[in-house]
This record gives sequence, structure tokens and C-alpha cells, in this order.
Amino acid sequence: MPSHIIRNLVSAAALSAAALLGLHGPASAADKTLTVYTYESFISEWGPGPKVKAAFEKTCGCTVNFVGVADGVALLSRLKLEGAGSKADVVLGLDTNLIDEAKQTGLFDASGVDTSAAKVPGDFKDDVFVPYDYGHFAVVYDTQAMKTPPASLKDLVEGDPAQKIVIEDPRTSTPGLGLLLWVKSVYGDKAGEAWGKLKKRVLTVTPGWSEAYGLFTKGEAPMVLSYTTSPAYHMVAENSDRYQAAAFSEGHYIQIEVSGLLKNAPEKQLARDFLAFTLTPGFQDTIPTNNWMMPVAKTSEPLPDAFGKLVNPEKTFLMSPEEVAKNRKAWIDEWLAAMSMN
Amino acid sequence: MLTARQRLVALSGGGLVLAALFLFVGLAIARLVALGGWAAALAVVTDRYILGVLQFTLFQASLSTALSILFAIPVARALARQRHFAGRIWLVRLLAVPMGLPALIGALGLIAVWGRQGIANQGLSFLGLSEPVSIYGLTGILIAHVFFNMPLACRFLLIGLERIPGEYWLMSASLGLRGRDVFRFIEWPVMRRILPGVAGLIFMLCATSFTLVLTLGGGPKATTLEVAIYQALRFDFEPPRAIGLALMQIAVTAVILAVIALLPAPEDRGLTLGKPVRRLDAGRAGARLADTVAIGVMLVFTALPLIAVLVAGLRSDLMKLVAEPIVHEAALTSLVLSLSAGLIAVVSALAIVHAQQAAAGGGLLLRGFSLALAASSALVLLVPPIVLATGWFLMLLPTGDVGAFAAPLVAAINAAMALPFVVRLVGPAFREHRIRTGRLAASLGLSGWARLRLIDWPGLRKPLLMGLSFAMALSLGDLGAVALFGSDNLMTLPWLVYSRMGNYRTADADGLALLLGLICLALTVAGTLPRAETPEEDRNR
Repeated sequence: MPSHIIRNLVSAAALSAAALLGLHGPASAADKTLTVYTYESFISEWGPGPKVKAAFEKTCGCTVNFVGVADGVALLSRLKLEGAGSKADVVLGLDTNLIDEAKQTGLFDASGVDTSAAKVPGDFKDDVFVPYDYGHFAVVYDTQAMKTPPASLKDLVEGDPAQKIVIEDPRTSTPGLGLLLWVKSVYGDKAGEAWGKLKKRVLTVTPGWSEAYGLFTKGEAPMVLSYTTSPAYHMVAENSDRYQAAAFSEGHYIQIEVSGLLKNAPEKQLARDFLAFTLTPGFQDTIPTNNWMMPVAKTSEPLPDAFGKLVNPEKTFLMSPEEVAKNRKAWIDEWLAAMSMN
Repeated sequence: MLTARQRLVALSGGGLVLAALFLFVGLAIARLVALGGWAAALAVVTDRYILGVLQFTLFQASLSTALSILFAIPVARALARQRHFAGRIWLVRLLAVPMGLPALIGALGLIAVWGRQGIANQGLSFLGLSEPVSIYGLTGILIAHVFFNMPLACRFLLIGLERIPGEYWLMSASLGLRGRDVFRFIEWPVMRRILPGVAGLIFMLCATSFTLVLTLGGGPKATTLEVAIYQALRFDFEPPRAIGLALMQIAVTAVILAVIALLPAPEDRGLTLGKPVRRLDAGRAGARLADTVAIGVMLVFTALPLIAVLVAGLRSDLMKLVAEPIVHEAALTSLVLSLSAGLIAVVSALAIVHAQQAAAGGGLLLRGFSLALAASSALVLLVPPIVLATGWFLMLLPTGDVGAFAAPLVAAINAAMALPFVVRLVGPAFREHRIRTGRLAASLGLSGWARLRLIDWPGLRKPLLMGLSFAMALSLGDLGAVALFGSDNLMTLPWLVYSRMGNYRTADADGLALLLGLICLALTVAGTLPRAETPEEDRNR
């Protein structure tokens, strides 16, 4: 393995030298390559990536090349930086809150994929982006530290300030933005006041999900903002039902992850085939226990038992991408003001 | 002592590094500004929210710096005075470990001690206090910054104190100087010379702190400019605004550093015949007590969170982790990257201090050049890595294969970030070495390669190795620069730690963090190998 990485670095150095000198080797025409931009955890060896790659390569006569960046937001930044010259065929891992901005770049093309197989709560439909999984945001709590979890967002907001929650920052993370939209959906104009109350229960606001969940599992707070599917991980992989999601009576805000194809995709037909493939069992099978999200279409096997025990929200909140894009700044300012008051 | 030609070579070497540094930073900034113009960049100056953020940034950074240094002074003094006790060398090496840890791992270690469920609170509740004391807020930020930076200050001070010539201690013993006088006449002047530089470095590190401030700060009231820069570049994608914020960060901090630098500092005058250092004052009861307390407090404060990292790491399945090919790959990538970054930093630092020495005593122009070298090699720390990475990403886009540049670029960014530290480490040793050996080399007619091999390398090996290990540790723990390029061909250890955490695999992350800490310790051991090159010292034990 070491020799492999040294080879990589050496070839990277050689490539840089070649690029500087303006040399471009002849492209190997033997195999078509599909380039998929996604977020890092998708392609890690625990994520769906390796299985998805193997399954798609079986049928496409091509090589799938994943490029992973930090998260969905970084994905969009990278596309904006690269512009029309991007080498990506497919972008996989944006969420509904980023869709509007993504469309405004003018880099995406209509998918041309029949999405009738995709079933997403809240009836999400789009002719550019194809949903491939979803999860509801939820307050996950530690049953050993908390006997009666909040039963509603109102309970959470007005509950005992000594029982703390760790949340993520809407300025730097998608779950943070999710909670912001959730509170907005439930409280509307009163969202600022609600944050003013909730603030007393907030132990701290972390830059991302990993920091928040890390603090939570180290026992620093009995609650954390995560997903309804988080307990499934602990039940399946650790055989523990210590961590559970709290069902909120008002309903839960949803995060839908989508993929799309680029106008200038070098392999456009292949990209379209891949988007269609995301709705088949070969792709969907990897979602539950590799991405720890809910599949949007049929899987070849029923979901593991643990998924039957998860909170299944009766009501789903989802704002339109346009509404989010239009108001995000103002709402973040409102959040900042409420959270910074003494 | 330098011939005109030697001087020219030295000056142009420094000029080359300076130019490279300016181009490296300047081009990135210019490329980003080109996306939206200066007007958008400069608008941040009138943004009230940003001004509030600026205020908090400076406030917490000043406090963090002051506390780190106040804590470091007695500890460094104690370690310098007590030269021979069991485990001393390991204590000194311990000081290097926090620096190599990714911020999040350090934060989790600190929380195991100071958190709501931490050792401190459990102790308090054992004493009958039921409500846990919460560190989230300014307290947490300060504890974390002191944890990461006090050891840094300590190392720099200790290096300075250990360079005090043995003649001083002989003299002070024969004069019967008391502890207070030793501090006033010998130790404090040395510290005063080192402190402005160290304080500047720590101030910059704390001012640009991100993960620690958000995670432990308790809410958005605790926000640094670095957070706003990240937000502008990542979430809002307004590169000019990010540049405006970065320039604000650089300008304001530069003013503060300039003020610190203006504080009068005594001249370096440590000429020695190499008499062995013997601290006869170490055995006094008062000194012993004070030193034991200082070292003990430092040990508890620094070691407990590290022990927490160790314990958490041991709970993971280390054998399985160590056997994973991807872990080998990440470890090797991290080592190769940090070694490249370290070597670039050391060579650049040498060129800088060499040029500074050649410029010393020159006219106004040369003094200005020397100042520019000092300022730019320090202020580069304030340029957010994400700005450099994004700017260069755009610059390299037309080449068609940005991914190929990821490794060299990350190494260059890490080298730039390590440069200020290495300059401060190597600079004093280099000056002293040249003063000591300059005439000899000139009279022997040694120059060029022969001089390097016969005189400079043996004399400077130790500080150079230390600088290298320092720079490597610094870039080992770094996560920032890689993030934009994607991990497909550049998986580093900190990146793997985050990746595992993001996949619920906290145990794996704990194990990897332990590995990272151990590598860092190994590097420090390599950088502080027992002082075999000074046999006379051991003879006098």
C-alpha cells in the first residue's frame, strides 16, 4: 500500500510538471469514465460508494470515478469555482436547501429521468434533481440520562433549561440550517422568540454534525440535533438501543438528498443512466446501512428490523428551495440576534 | 565577516523567499477579488455585525495569549532550573503533543476533564456540589487556547533559557544571587527578548481559531472572523467578502503585533565559551517548592486531557485500525505531506534568517528589507488556509487537472503556516552560531558547501531538526487545506478522523487520534534526541 501512495504522489508531481509544460497525454479511449462529485462520507469505505461503484460498473461498461469533498455545501462551492469547465458528469449529495442556488449557476441540465419510482414524504418533485435518499431531522436523546424526552418542538423550547441540547450552527452546517427551518416552519413570525427561549437549553453550537454528535456520545448533553435514522446505526452496528429519537407532535423537517447531471457533462448519456440507476435496488440497497438514511425507492430486501422501530413522522415540513434561498440570510440574522441576547 | 559575494547570495536568498511568499498569498487574494471587486471586499468595514465579531476575536485572543504566557513563564523557568530529574525530557516532549492534535480531538480531550461529565465536575460533585460547572462560553475557549498554546510558549521560553551561557550561572552562584535577582537580572531579560515574538504567534493562532471557539463557545456570541470568512467562502460563496474579512484580520492584527514588537527588548548577547550549565540554585528549598508546584500544575493541566485521548484511543480496536490499508495510506500521505511542508519551511526559514543577518547593520534600505522579511514571515499565519486554497484552486483551474496539484499545494500552504514558528526557532540559534563560527570559517577560508558540511551542519543540526519536527507536527494536525480538493487522492490522518466521526464511527476516530498523537510524539522525540553532542554537560552531572 505504501508504494501505491508514493506512486500517487509521484504521478501527481509528474502530472503537475506536465501540466505546467502544457503537455497533455493522449486520453485512453479504451474505457469511458463517469465522474461523480459527491461528499466524502458517501465514498468512504463505510459509505455506499464502493458498493454503488461496483454495481454500476457491472452494467455500464465504464469506470466510475468518485471525487469527494467535505459536504454538500462544499460540493456546490466546488462547482461554482469550476464553472462550465467542470469535469463532473454527475453531482450527488446536494440537499433541497441548496437546489435553488445550484440551479442559478446554470450548470445543470434536466435529468430526463422518470422519477415516479421515488417516494419522498412531502411530495418533492423536480425535473432537474433526482432524490436518492431522505431523513427527517430529529432530537436524539440518551435514554440513560433522560427519562421523558420532549414530545414536541414546543416541549423542547419551553422545557427545563438544565436539560441541555447540542445543536449545529446554521451558518456552517446543513443540520443547523435544518433546525432553523424547522423552528421557522412551526413558529413562523414567533421564531425569534422561540430561539430566545430555546437558547437557555442550548449547551453549545458546533460548526458541524460531527462535533455535536461527538459531544453527545461523550455524555456532555442528553440531547443532540440529528436524524430520525441515527438510532438505527446504534441498533444495527452497536446492538444498543440507548440512543433514541424523540417524536415531535408538530411534525419533523425533512432533508432530501438529490443528484443531478451537468449540462457540459463529458459523458452525458452515461450520467443519465447513472441517475436512473440511483432509483434501482442496486443503489437503494446501500442507503439504509451505509448512508444511514431512508431509501426513496424499492430495495431488494426489506429494511433491517431496527428501521421499523424508528420514529416515523406523521407530518413532514419542507419549504420550497426558492423560499429558503430568498429568506436564508434574514432568518440567520434573526437567529443570530436571538441567540446573542443576554 | 561576510564577503560581498556571500552577502549578496544571502540577501538574494531572502529576497527569493519573500517574493515567493508574496506571490503565493497575493495571487490567491487577487484571484478571489477578481470575482467581485474591491467594493464588495471593503464593505465589511462598515458591517456592524462584523465589527462586533472583530471585537470578540481580539478580546478572546488577547486574554488567551496573556493567560498562556503567564502560565508558561513559571513552568519554563522551573524546567530550566531543574535540569536533572527523572522524566524531564519526556515532560518537555509532552509539551509538543497538543500542537499536533486536530482541534476537535483536543476539544474532546478537554471536555473529558472540564466538561459537564468531566473529571473536574465529578470531583466537585463528590465534594457535595450538585450543579455541574459549565465551561461552555468564554471559559471553555480560554481553557482550550491555553491548553494548545501554553506548551508552545513554554517550549520557546525554555529554549531561550537553556541558551543562557553557563558562565552566567557560575557568576550568579559566586555572587550568591537570590531567586528573585536571578529572575530579574538573568532570566527575565532573556524571556523579554523571546516573549513579543511568541505572544504574537499565540495571538495569531487564537485570533484565527475556529473549531474551538464555536464548539466550546456556547453560542454564536462567540464567533471569530475566521468563522465569518468560512461562512462567506463556503455557505454564502461571496469570495470578495471573504477577502475583505481576511484583510481586516491581517491589518488589525498587524497593528497589534507592531505595537508588541515596538516594546523595547534587550539585545541578544549570549556569547559563550561553552562552559557547562550548572544550576546551583536548583537545590534551594524555596526554588524546589515553586518549581514542583509549577511543573505539577502544568503536568496535570496538559496531561489529563491527553490521557483522556489516550484512554479513548485504547478503547478502540487499535489492532484492526492499524491493519487497515486506508490507515497506512493516510498515515503515509500525512507524513509525506508534513515532511515536504517541514523541509520547505526549514529551508525558507534558513534563507530568511540568513538574509536578516546579512542585512544587519546595513542602511535604511537593508533595514527595511529585514523588517519586511520579519513581518511577512509572521503575518502569513493570518491568511486563512481556505482563502489560499480557494484562490489557488481558481488559479490552477485552466491547467485542466487541479487534483494533480492538491498535494504540492497543501504542502505549500502548510509550509507557509509553519514558517513563522520555524523562523523563531532557528533564528536565534543561527545568529549565535554565526557569531561563534564566522571568524573561524573566514580564517580557514571555508565557504560554500565545505562550510555547510563542516561547520554549519554540526552546529545547527539540533535547532534545524527541532524546527523540522515542529513544522511537521504542526502540519500533521492540520485539516483545513485539504478540504476543498476532495479526498479521493489525498487522504490524510486528520481527514480520516473526521471522516470516521461523520460516519458515526467515533471509536475509530478516537483510535486514529491516538495514532496521530503518537506520531507527533515520535517526531518530537526525533527533534529532541538526547544531547549527545554536548558531552561535557553529561560529565558534569
